[in-house]
Amino acid sequence: MTTTTLAPTATALRGRRLPKWAPIAIAALALALAAALVHGAGLGGWVLTLTVGALLYLTGLYAVATAVEGRRAARNRTWSALIHSAFVLAVLPLSSVIWTLVSKGAERLDGTFFGTSMNNIGPRDATGGAYHAIVGTLQQVGIAALISVPLGILAAIYIVEYGRGRFANTIRFFVDVMTGIPSIVAGLFVLAFWVLIVSPYVNDGRPGYSGFAAALALSVLMLPTVVRSTEEMLRLVPAPLREGAYALGVPKWKTILRIVLPTALPGIVTGVMLSIARAAGETAPVLLVAGGTAAINFNPFEHNQSSLALFVYSQATDSSKYAPARAWTAALTLVALVLVLTIAAKLLARRNRLGR
Amino acid sequence: MAKRIEAVGVTAYYGSFKAIEDINLAVEPKTVTALIGPSGCGKSTFLRSINRMHEVLPGARVDGKLTIDDQDIYDPDVDVTAVRRTIGMVFQRPNPFPTMSIFDNVVAGLRLNGVKKKSILAEAAERALRSANLWDEVKDRLGKPGAGLSGGQQQRLCIARTIAVEPQVVLMDEPCSALDPISTLAIEDLMFKLKDRYTIIIVTHNMQQAARVSDRTAFFSIDRTGDPGRLIEYDATQKIFSNPGVKKTEDYITGRFG
Ligand SMILES: Nc1ncnc2c1ncn2[C@@H]1O[C@H](COP(=O)(O)OP(=O)(O)O)[C@@H](O)[C@H]1O
Ligand SMILES: [Mg+2]
Repeated sequence: MTTTTLAPTATALRGRRLPKWAPIAIAALALALAAALVHGAGLGGWVLTLTVGALLYLTGLYAVATAVEGRRAARNRTWSALIHSAFVLAVLPLSSVIWTLVSKGAERLDGTFFGTSMNNIGPRDATGGAYHAIVGTLQQVGIAALISVPLGILAAIYIVEYGRGRFANTIRFFVDVMTGIPSIVAGLFVLAFWVLIVSPYVNDGRPGYSGFAAALALSVLMLPTVVRSTEEMLRLVPAPLREGAYALGVPKWKTILRIVLPTALPGIVTGVMLSIARAAGETAPVLLVAGGTAAINFNPFEHNQSSLALFVYSQATDSSKYAPARAWTAALTLVALVLVLTIAAKLLARRNRLGR
Repeated sequence: MAKRIEAVGVTAYYGSFKAIEDINLAVEPKTVTALIGPSGCGKSTFLRSINRMHEVLPGARVDGKLTIDDQDIYDPDVDVTAVRRTIGMVFQRPNPFPTMSIFDNVVAGLRLNGVKKKSILAEAAERALRSANLWDEVKDRLGKPGAGLSGGQQQRLCIARTIAVEPQVVLMDEPCSALDPISTLAIEDLMFKLKDRYTIIIVTHNMQQAARVSDRTAFFSIDRTGDPGRLIEYDATQKIFSNPGVKKTEDYITGRFG
C-alpha cells in the first residue's frame, strides 16, 4: 500500500525545469531583438536598448517558463528577476556617483590641495587647496556633534524611559516636526538668533559670522535625527533586560547607563553617523552664518569660516578653468571623510561588544 | 540568613484591572514554596509584587501588606533597590545581559551596586557559579559572551547572577518552562541545594515539578477570565497532592480543570 501511494507522490514532487543556459539564452535573444527594434526604428541609444531588452527578457522568461515549468515556477522566476533588476537599478546611480567622484576628483588629489587654502589664488592659478575648508568642516561638524549627540541621546532617554503622558508626546511631536525642517530655515534661525542678536554681545557690538554659528545651525539639523534613531534603538532593547537589572537591585539610571545604552549602542552609532553625514554635506546654513572665506581660520568662534560643502559650491560656480577640478576633489574628500568617520565609529562600537 | 515572607490581604492592579485579590500566605525561611494554578490566575503578579517588580509597569500598584521578617516591604521609607537585592528574581526566559561576558554577567549585580575590587568580584563569581552548578562548564570561558551558552546554562547563569548579590529570598517565575528536561533536572537539583541557604518561591506549570521540589504549595485560581485571581488553598505539598482540602484544587491537579 505504502509503496504504491508513495510512488506517484514522489514523481509529482519533481517537475520539468528549464536548463541552466535557458535564461542566459533568453537574455541574449532579448537584447539582440531589442537592438534590432531600436536601431531598426532609427531611434538608437544604448539606454533605450537595455530598457527594451530588460522588458523583453522579463516577458520572454515568463512565457518560456510558463510553457515548460508551469505558472507557479514562472512567477517565481519572473519575480526574482524583477527583484534583481530593482537591485541593479538601485546600485547603478550609486556606483555611477562614486565612479564620477573618483575619476574626476583624482586630478587634484595632491599635497597642495590638502596643505593650502584659496588665499591669494587668482583665476589663473592652477594651485590652491581646501585646507581651510577641511578645517572648517571638521570644526563645525565636531562642535555640532558635541552639542547634538549628548543632547539628543539624553532627550531620547527621557522620551523612552521617563517620559509619560502629554509632555513626552508633545516633545516627540516636535522632534518629528524638526526632522522636516529645511536646512536653510535652520540657518535663518541661527542667523536671526545667534549672529544678529547674541553675537554682538561677544563681538564688540558688531554682529559676526563664525564657524560656531554654523555648528549651531548644523546641530539644529542633527538633533532630531539623533533623537529619533536613538529612540528607536532604545525601544528595541528587550524589557526583560531592564527587569533583569532591576531585579538585581540596580537603580534605574544605572540600568539605563550600563545595560540599556550599551545594548543599543551599535544602532545609536549608526544614527549618529547618519546625522553627521547629513550635517557635513550641508551648504546653505554654513554660507548663511559662517559666510565662507578663502583663508584658513582655526578659530571657530570668530570671523568667517568655510567648509567642504561650501568650497564645492564656490568652486563649482567659479569661472576659473581650474576651479571644477578643485570642486570634484573637495567632493571626493567630503565623501571619503564621512566614510572614514563611519567606519571608525562602527569599529569603536564593535570593540565595545564581545566577539561572538 | 533566609527570611520569612508574609502576605496579608495583598491585592494587585494593572491600572484599573484587579489581577489578584486578598492573598494571604506566609512562607517560612529555608523552604521551597510552589505557586501553581491555571494561566492568568495571577501567580506572576503575586510573585512580582513580593520584590516590588510589579510597580515597574506604568499604572501597576499593590494594596495590602507584605513583610519580610516583619519589615514592611512597601513602607515608604524602604529603598526599592535594597528590597530587590534582598529578594532576588529569576525570570521565565533566561535574560543574560547580551553585551557582557559570562563573568561580567555574574558580577553585574555587585559591580553595578558599587563593588569594584577585582579579588572580591572574582571570588563572588566563582562562589555563585559553583552554587549554580555551572562553574565546571564555564570556568575556561568566563570571558566569552553569556548569550553564547545553551538555554539551560543561560538560566543557571541568571540564577548565579541572582545569588551573587547574596539575597535572602529567591523568586523564580517558571524558570524551567523554556528548558529541555535535562536542564530542568539540573535546575531542580540546584533548588534542593539552594534551599539550605535561601527561601525559595517558585511558579511552575509542571505539577510533578511542584511535587518534587516544594515543601508547601499554594494553589491560585480564577472563576472567570477578567475576575481577580485568588488563593484557593495553601498547604504542605504532600497534603495538596494527596489529599487536597478543596474540590477545585483536586480538579486542577488531577487535570479536570482549565
Ligand atoms: N502587563 C500587564 N498589563 C495588564 N494586565 C496584565 C499584565 N500582566 C498580566 N496581566 C493580567 O493579570 C492577570 C494575571 O496575570 P499573571 O500574573 O501573568 O498570571 P499567571 O502568571 O498566573 O499566568 C491576567 O489576567 C493578565 O492578563
Ligand atoms: Mg506567569
